[in-house]
Amino acid sequence: MQRATYACGTHEHVLRRRGFLGALAGGTLFGSAITGGPLAGPVVGGLGWLTQGQAAEALQARDMRVLVFNMHGGLSQLESWDPKPGTKTGGPCRAIPTSVPGIHISELLPYTAQQMHHLCLLRGVNTAEDDHGKGAYLMMTGRRQTPAAEYPQIGSVSAMMLSKKEQSLPGHILITPGGGGGRGNESAYLGPRFNSIALDGQKPPLYSAKPDGMADEVEKRRHTFRERINAEFLSRGRTAVTDAYTHSYEQALRLMERRDVFDVNKESASDQERYGKNDFGRQCLLARRLLSNGVSFVQVTHSNYDTHNENFNFHLEQLGEFDKPFATLVSDLHTLGLLEQTLVVVLSEFGRTPNINLYYGRDHWSKAWTVVMGGAKVARGAAFGATNAEGTEVVDGQVDHGALFHTYLQAVGVDSEQSLMVDGRELPLADPAAKPIWKVLV
Amino acid sequence: MPDQPAATTQTPATPATPATPAPATPAQPVVLDIKKTKVTGDWTYDRPLLATRISPTGLVAVTSSEDFQLQRWDLATGGRIVFKGHESWVHALQFSPDGNELVSGGCEGTLMWWPILDAEPKPKRTVQAHQGWIRAIDRSPDGALIASVGNDAVVRVWYNATGEKVAELAGHERHIYSVLFHADGKHLLTGDLTGKLHLWDLDTRKLERSFDAKPLHTYEGGQRVDFGGIRGLAMPTSGAQLCAGGLHKATNPLGAVHEPLMLRFNYADGKLLKTHICDGIPGGVIWRLQALPDGTIMAVSGGSSGGWLLFFNDQQDKEIHRFQLPALARDMDIHLASGRIATVHADHHLRITSLV
Repeated sequence: MQRATYACGTHEHVLRRRGFLGALAGGTLFGSAITGGPLAGPVVGGLGWLTQGQAAEALQARDMRVLVFNMHGGLSQLESWDPKPGTKTGGPCRAIPTSVPGIHISELLPYTAQQMHHLCLLRGVNTAEDDHGKGAYLMMTGRRQTPAAEYPQIGSVSAMMLSKKEQSLPGHILITPGGGGGRGNESAYLGPRFNSIALDGQKPPLYSAKPDGMADEVEKRRHTFRERINAEFLSRGRTAVTDAYTHSYEQALRLMERRDVFDVNKESASDQERYGKNDFGRQCLLARRLLSNGVSFVQVTHSNYDTHNENFNFHLEQLGEFDKPFATLVSDLHTLGLLEQTLVVVLSEFGRTPNINLYYGRDHWSKAWTVVMGGAKVARGAAFGATNAEGTEVVDGQVDHGALFHTYLQAVGVDSEQSLMVDGRELPLADPAAKPIWKVLV
Repeated sequence: MPDQPAATTQTPATPATPATPAPATPAQPVVLDIKKTKVTGDWTYDRPLLATRISPTGLVAVTSSEDFQLQRWDLATGGRIVFKGHESWVHALQFSPDGNELVSGGCEGTLMWWPILDAEPKPKRTVQAHQGWIRAIDRSPDGALIASVGNDAVVRVWYNATGEKVAELAGHERHIYSVLFHADGKHLLTGDLTGKLHLWDLDTRKLERSFDAKPLHTYEGGQRVDFGGIRGLAMPTSGAQLCAGGLHKATNPLGAVHEPLMLRFNYADGKLLKTHICDGIPGGVIWRLQALPDGTIMAVSGGSSGGWLLFFNDQQDKEIHRFQLPALARDMDIHLASGRIATVHADHHLRITSLV
């Protein structure tokens, strides 16, 4: 069997940089077959169980989570977080005050404006990448795409670092309209167990229901038989691949038992009303439900903001749908006491041009745009960084995708400057050339 | 919103009030000939223009621009003055029948009444009329009423003389894009994003009936956007038909791939009579329709295929004539007595095109 070059376990793979260096000095890290971990027997390939991960266990005990809103296509910063009304680039939308004196955002986000005291605007984002695919990659991985390496996305890293061992639900869930309901491939060398499970809107994962007509006893016998065959196979040698398969089966079984977690109709009628009965409202309510049930990472995709044509009409439409459910979710996380443990991020692959084109559109613009963070250790009610009067350049607090990725991890208590060991290679968790944005963390 | 928005002026290229009206309205009625369409005037502002209307006198045109300002142009000379009152873009303009007054509707939701021939026009009345954008306004044939529509999905009717609200008509569920008074002055037509075209009885203030203009609406599932809508309305002078303009074939709404489309209804029973298409314009939307005296409907289209004046009659599905403007157009108005058409463009130009 081909050796798998990815991590086979969870947070225990992570080694603090100084710990790694110390271990190297002691000559204890070499070799690929290491015993230990929750599954008996040696593991071939991937990353062995290097430490018991006390720091990681402490991290899990804090029960941190991450919630990402992916504004697919490239949200206009001028119609959302960094309006420039009355300027050459401002367009027709006005700025409105928020719950934080001195901070104004677009009039298209009136409900969100009332939750600004929970949020932090990073208005100096410059990612220098105007391609959709490459922009999405760097925003999700914190690194520029290169043929030489694949890097895990924030969802996979979060699932690995934050999910509890006993967590029965997947640690990395994407809520994507029309997403197909299958598994993604975002974990790179972390291994398939940290890939996402994509939900198609508010539907539960595909194939998570017991087949009609199958009696419980028959189902139980099937799994007992599978486990016996599996054990025989594993007795001849375990690999990271077989571990991942085993994990997937076990997780699927646990997930089938908790299928109701994906059913927003279990939420109260008043909550369904508050979030709105449109698709996005129900997806936000589902996100709350998943986070409340301990899922470590939830990403909700809202589409589509790639408004080369009639930018203002489409932002009226899309942000009109986004605003109230998003604001309701932020408010609810606070009310439920979850916001202290939940990092909220609103990102895109890039922003949109300050220039308004011939078709009332805005094109791709990565030189000066905004990402929003909130909750967890993020400073509340703040605006960090600034663009010039017409929004064409960052004039203060410039940050990029690398710094943001570090900051996401630090916000949930993960030391972003640590490394993983994969097949004897040290792989920094985040881009070592970048640093966290400490000014937005408390 | 300040009570008295400050009017700002720029150095006029010509006297503020046009002094010599000679060329505007010929002594003898002109014969409009769409085959003679040609650009006869071309003036530039320093920002992209949004909307335009020509005064019933034919002496001046008013435009709006992306800097929130309004411009009054002397059509004899091209001289202009610039004035400001709105706090956002202005898509809706309408002159009084005598040409002395202009009503404007802004994306901040206010209506403003302007003594438009003043040297430095300042609004004499401001009404907070809508929640969100005002998309269109129209004036009743006798000039007494103003109807306004916009993003709050409510139709409102106002006394022109006082700014007092006469009626509030609810029945649309999405942004209302267009409004047209029927020639009888007692009915109002309004069209929205989803292709709903309502006929309102102003005596009863009730919805009388609706026309089905759904072909002008697209829901693009991949991009998850509603798009299109009824951008323009016109009735040929006979009053027997109703035309609604917009777009169709929106295969990529976010990327400006859509074609102009005009629907023609039988007014009496709402039956769809014709679907007017425009081959060879893969990037276009009809922004406005105007009826010519002979029953021809003139449309202005703008988009990635440039700017076009399109002419339709009730005999052919395709346009009977088309004229390519020098650049993408955003709005159009015609002064029927002189055959002069004003178009405004994203390239900052006000262009005058003649049908004579």
